[in-house]
Amino acid sequence: MTLSRRAAVAALSLLTAGFLSASAQAKDFEPAIVFDMGGRFDKSFNEGANNGAERFKKETGTNYRFFEVQNEAQREQFLRRLAERGADVVVAVGFSMAPSVEKVAKEFPKTRFTVIDGVVNLPNVQSVTFAEHEGSYLVGMLAALASKTGTVSFVGGMDIPLIRRFACGYEQGVKAVKADGKVIVNMAGTTPAAWSDPTRGTELAKSQFDRGSDVVFAAAGQTGLGVLQAAADAGKLGIGVDSNQNHLFPGKVLTSMVKRVDVAAYEAFKTAKDGTWQGGARTLGLKEDGVDWARDEHNAKLVTPEMKAKLDAAAAEIKAGTRKVANYSDTEGCKY
Amino acid sequence: MTARGADGRLPWWATAILMPVLNVAVALALSALVILLIGEDPVGALGTMVVGAFGSGTGIGYTLYYATSLIFTGLAVAIAFHGGLFNIGAEGQAYIGGLGVGLACLALGGWPWWLALPVTVLAAMAFGGFWGLVPGWLQAYRGSHVVITTIMFNFIASALMVYLLVNWLIRPGQMSPESREIDPSLFLPKADEMLGALGLEVANSPLNLSFLLALLACVAVWLYVWHTRPGFALRTVGANEDAARYAGIDPKHVIIITMALSGGLAGLLGVNEIQGVQHRLLLNFPAGLGFTGIAVALMGRGHPAGIVPAAILFGALYQGGAELAFEYQTISPELVIVIQGVVILFAGALEHLFRPALLALFARRGKTKPVEA
Repeated sequence: MTLSRRAAVAALSLLTAGFLSASAQAKDFEPAIVFDMGGRFDKSFNEGANNGAERFKKETGTNYRFFEVQNEAQREQFLRRLAERGADVVVAVGFSMAPSVEKVAKEFPKTRFTVIDGVVNLPNVQSVTFAEHEGSYLVGMLAALASKTGTVSFVGGMDIPLIRRFACGYEQGVKAVKADGKVIVNMAGTTPAAWSDPTRGTELAKSQFDRGSDVVFAAAGQTGLGVLQAAADAGKLGIGVDSNQNHLFPGKVLTSMVKRVDVAAYEAFKTAKDGTWQGGARTLGLKEDGVDWARDEHNAKLVTPEMKAKLDAAAAEIKAGTRKVANYSDTEGCKY
Repeated sequence: MTARGADGRLPWWATAILMPVLNVAVALALSALVILLIGEDPVGALGTMVVGAFGSGTGIGYTLYYATSLIFTGLAVAIAFHGGLFNIGAEGQAYIGGLGVGLACLALGGWPWWLALPVTVLAAMAFGGFWGLVPGWLQAYRGSHVVITTIMFNFIASALMVYLLVNWLIRPGQMSPESREIDPSLFLPKADEMLGALGLEVANSPLNLSFLLALLACVAVWLYVWHTRPGFALRTVGANEDAARYAGIDPKHVIIITMALSGGLAGLLGVNEIQGVQHRLLLNFPAGLGFTGIAVALMGRGHPAGIVPAAILFGALYQGGAELAFEYQTISPELVIVIQGVVILFAGALEHLFRPALLALFARRGKTKPVEA
């Protein structure tokens, strides 16, 4: 990727009216990924997908094409552009992508699409969703076990059903440990800025600490970084989300509710390359290792063996189906 | 042609064409420097932007689609400018206007689009207009500055939309807060369908009938502001409120009407986005185009004839910028925003940068001419 080669490519694309056809070269495997608003380095959901794609690149040496959408119209536009370019598999990250994937997948029935967090019922679309409520339940239990005041809290990004699913699972986990435990729930805002406003996250967390909370779970993208920062500064405990965020403030982050978006993205690329890619809907829960609570050297001192034993027992019951966690989306409200 | 540099004025073509072109050229040159700094080839990158925006049917379609929304919000900001009001709330007014369009479409069911269009246009203007009228009333009778209240109304609009979509309008059983799709008979015809019917092959893009509606709105605004009695009152209040009052014009009245009209124009963005493109109510469809409308109005000097090219320029920046980020994987969307910002800086804020130099140039020519004669 020297400058001159870039320049030559650019000049060529200029001459051919921007349509540098990839088919002119020998056809290599071409995976592509479209990130949602928030960007690929949001330290959270999109970054999880990015990590999966990067891992694939490292292991196979195959480069992938990506795009970060900036507004509603661009989802469909660039999904189509990637399909036109002959991408072998297009991973669309985020539930907002679903309607656009549906449209474009109909136009390009030969192109494979994997949509993460959304569901599209088409033969050439693979839909991967996660049982966030199960993971949130476990971190809720851990929060209640680690809390000294009996009050814990939750900071969400935008007030949308997905985030309510996190909050609902979390609340159930807390109540499972302490039936009289108190859960304070706040949402950071009503615009997409709610995903990228760490200052607002800090403010909300501080007000929750004033109301007695000593463990806070942040499911709010970059806003969550402000929440974790506030918890670290105030000597309280934070809980990260999506990616493992334990390392951000070692010893101050109780755990992270890990959503293996990276696995979903990596497997979409890998199976498409191997030829084992399959359409259809999959939900990744505790049983499928799609969600989990993070344990590493950064939170080893915070999680006692008793806590771990309790969580492991609960996880085993959820996997076996003997312990039910209510899903906000199924129950039309947080009823359990 | 006589150059009228001596009396401190420039010929019309120098102000209307030469200066904007110079400003954009300087902005692009500065952007090229930034691209060079991050180690990319500036000529290729800017070329990709231009080709991405104008080099294909799809590109042009997307450019004009963005321009459609920007014409509406640009006109909204401009009409308020003429009344001496700085409407920062086009974003929120467009959002609520779109709500009006969406609700009308959901209610109208299987009406044909041409029958429904007058209803949706009225709904957009009524909803958006109301969102402008309230700050206007607060300004006129309560002295709450319209800049502050319109910004606040943007937040109220987004809070209201999230509440409605998450709790009431959402299609049950789905994750994203979106309403059900409106009836296909209500979809506004797209450019490729309209031109296809005339036998012209055009690439698929979101460009739709609303573009013509936007041009119509330009004519309407031009007629209203410069060729009607209320338009005269509007400009008089904008120029000098005290003089207007002395002339028997009620500024309070004018402020409220102007803000309602401004909000109504912004609301029309909803026709393009909801009935034309997205075909369902969803969150964040104005996507900052309401704010960009301020830059469009500034660059277009508040005149419809200037707003249209300015809207197309910004539409091209959006579309070309996205293509740039797509083709050059090292150029992040943030850098594209920097380039857009530099263009706004030179075209909007520093629009008179070259005026003194041009004045001097024309003055010199003006002096030498008589000598030759």
